[in-house]
Amino acid sequence: MNPIKKLFDNIHPYVEEGGKFHAFRSLVDGFETFAFVPNTTSRVGSVNIHDAIDSKRIMSLVVIALIPALLFGMYNVGYQNALATGHLADATFWGMFWYGFLAVLPKIIVSYAVGLGIEFTVAQWKNEEIQEGYLVSGIIIPMIVPVTCPLWILAIAVAFSVILAKEIFGGTGMNIFNPALITRAFLFFSYPSAMTGDATVWVAQDTIFGLGYKATDAYTAATPLGEAAQAGFAGFTPDTVQNAITGLIPGCIGETSVIAIALGGLLLLWTGIASWKTMLSVFVGGAATGYLLQALGLTQIQWYEQLVIGGFAFGAVFMATDPVTSCRTECGKYVYGLLIGFIAVLVRVLNPGYPEGMMLAILLMNLFASLIDYCFVQKNINMRAKRVSKK
Amino acid sequence: MARVIKLRKGLDINLKGKAAKETVSTSCPGEYALVPDDFCGLKPKVVVKEGDAVKVGDALFVDKLHPEVKFVSPVSGTVSLVERGDRRKLMSIRVQSDGKQEARQFDVKGDVKSLLLESGLFGFFRQRPYDVVANPEDAPKAIFVSAFNSMPLSQDFEYILTGQEDDFQAGITALSKLAKVYLGVSAKQTAKALTAAKDCEVNVFDGPAPAGNVGVQINHVSPINKGEVVWTLGAEEVIFVGRLMKNGTVDFTRTIALAGSEVTAPKYYKMLVGQKLTTLVEGNVKMEGSRIINGNVMTGIKTTADGFLAAHATEVNVIPEGDHADEMLGWIMPRFNTFSTHHSYFSWLFGKKKEYVLDARIKGGERHMIMSGEYDKVFPMNIYAGYLVKAIIAGDIDRQEALGIYEVAPEDFAIAEFVDSSKLELQRIVREGLDILRKENA
Repeated sequence: MNPIKKLFDNIHPYVEEGGKFHAFRSLVDGFETFAFVPNTTSRVGSVNIHDAIDSKRIMSLVVIALIPALLFGMYNVGYQNALATGHLADATFWGMFWYGFLAVLPKIIVSYAVGLGIEFTVAQWKNEEIQEGYLVSGIIIPMIVPVTCPLWILAIAVAFSVILAKEIFGGTGMNIFNPALITRAFLFFSYPSAMTGDATVWVAQDTIFGLGYKATDAYTAATPLGEAAQAGFAGFTPDTVQNAITGLIPGCIGETSVIAIALGGLLLLWTGIASWKTMLSVFVGGAATGYLLQALGLTQIQWYEQLVIGGFAFGAVFMATDPVTSCRTECGKYVYGLLIGFIAVLVRVLNPGYPEGMMLAILLMNLFASLIDYCFVQKNINMRAKRVSKK
Repeated sequence: MARVIKLRKGLDINLKGKAAKETVSTSCPGEYALVPDDFCGLKPKVVVKEGDAVKVGDALFVDKLHPEVKFVSPVSGTVSLVERGDRRKLMSIRVQSDGKQEARQFDVKGDVKSLLLESGLFGFFRQRPYDVVANPEDAPKAIFVSAFNSMPLSQDFEYILTGQEDDFQAGITALSKLAKVYLGVSAKQTAKALTAAKDCEVNVFDGPAPAGNVGVQINHVSPINKGEVVWTLGAEEVIFVGRLMKNGTVDFTRTIALAGSEVTAPKYYKMLVGQKLTTLVEGNVKMEGSRIINGNVMTGIKTTADGFLAAHATEVNVIPEGDHADEMLGWIMPRFNTFSTHHSYFSWLFGKKKEYVLDARIKGGERHMIMSGEYDKVFPMNIYAGYLVKAIIAGDIDRQEALGIYEVAPEDFAIAEFVDSSKLELQRIVREGLDILRKENA
């Protein structure tokens, strides 16, 4: 017998009902189902065979799809630090990467510790299995905050969103809003200075364990989108657009590189986890709106620039396509995506206060997703009702 | 020329151990059993006592609400046991066969419906809505027969039909006296007895499983509205009707496909309904760690070697149980030998020809419905399957009606349940939903 299996078998009596460590049942259960595919066989009266896909594999794949953007984000944190302090010439690739790694790692640890802690507690309390949904939210959350976001604020935001946006609705699969975006919205409205502030938040300014460089004065660097908003949307230089595609611009940790996001996006599309309908229509909606607003003279930003700058690509690929909070009907996915793209660019251009619109666009459409679905499902219902009356 | 209906949605699962086209007879003596649970929605009332002598075609039990619907003995012999379970629920009626197969003669000249009721064949009719034993008082708008089963490891009806074409046609002709008959034929079937069957409308269905499900065919040919009733009958059961029409006796001989990866030499066996499975599986099946399924791998019931062939079963499938597989790190390993529609596995690389050995594990934990559109991809009906399942879970009867619950049967959700990444027991959910709805509407 497999020694690890044996270990779990030995632990079982302690964590079962009445055991000494019953409080850790959900924890042991969670680790065991990750170590071994459950040996449960199908019950009498249901299908005897099953596809090998399960929600563990799906969620793990999304995490894998996020890794390119995360790794690039780490490098970019170091790069921006070196750039801001004027040490770009003598900074090494690995030096910059390790600096970024050390800056981002605590956020990932805090996000997972707080979020999974709540998940394990709820699973234990409800006597259910651990749901894997937070594996994805837990890695997305550190990627959509500025690098200087304090850990205690992050912890509060994560707890808020996991409890109030997810668990009170019944857990993964029942939530209306994307928990990662609720975390960001919470941070955005409760701690605006930590999220945008005086534009000092986007670049790490201090050394970590001797790595990186310390800025002599508080260094301010706005995101290109923020700069553009201040300058009345005067448009970008070709350099900025090129940097936005590679990702060497200030911004939230994971959102900057279009190339890294595209790698993850391809994986999601190939495995069918993200709907190509949603993803494509977000880009189409954004491009069309960007083109229209530019043609009307409201902005100097080209339509293609709208798609590569800021959080648009990250939102379109990883957040809008969340199967739980997006539309569930196939036709609805087109409408849902188009409206996200439309609202995101509209908010960017017409809203004087804050230059980024992706977060609010997706959250707003999360709310309307079931209404869009309602229309398409009702069409099917009406068709059936008509069939009866036609007789 | 028959109408060809092309279906795109669905999934063919290629399992190892398909039955070779070779038929073997099994011995007849021994114990037989008729199990009331095989006839869904039935309240049985026993009409024999232990020790009674019965002939083939003598009633063993009847429907309490419609006593004219009889369920008859497949063999002649003595009633050996009236088996009851908890709260005196009738589990089965056993008949010890005398091996003579003395049969009761029926008068085939009279009304077809009363003949079918009297001879016990009406008990094999099922009705939509609810997928239960048909009610003889209803006037169905049509009778649907599917001449093929598209599920993995299923019986090849065209092969079974060889030599029984006349019986099949006689059966169809008899049914046509009750209501209009629709025969669903697969695009791969070429037998004249099917494609040129008389006294019925033939529709050709071209597509992956579950195209052979009669529910899918109804949905495309003549969808059921509220208040309408459609009867369905298995293709082999049409042959039962034909035999009755020709000989005046009932003959419940089926040609069963014994198939699956744990069968040493998968082939066809001639068996009677209710025959003990020991005669079939003994020596033909690896018994250690196997799951014997009374019926198809997608819809059948797990049983043991001393179970009895279910009334509607057209095959007996045997697959590994897999409850000691201890497969490690399933969430990340490539798992080349497993079948999945999902591109995170590599089944797509090996093409459609590769045969898979699948065990009975669920291979995941049950979750809320997370992914969208999974069911719709394999559900070739004009119905939002996910929304219907949600309405059933929520117990919202008005919405179930609006979304088309009257058109579906649990078996239509079999492929959807197979691909479901949230591992919900869709067939059970739909069955329970239909039962509740039937009670409410009664």
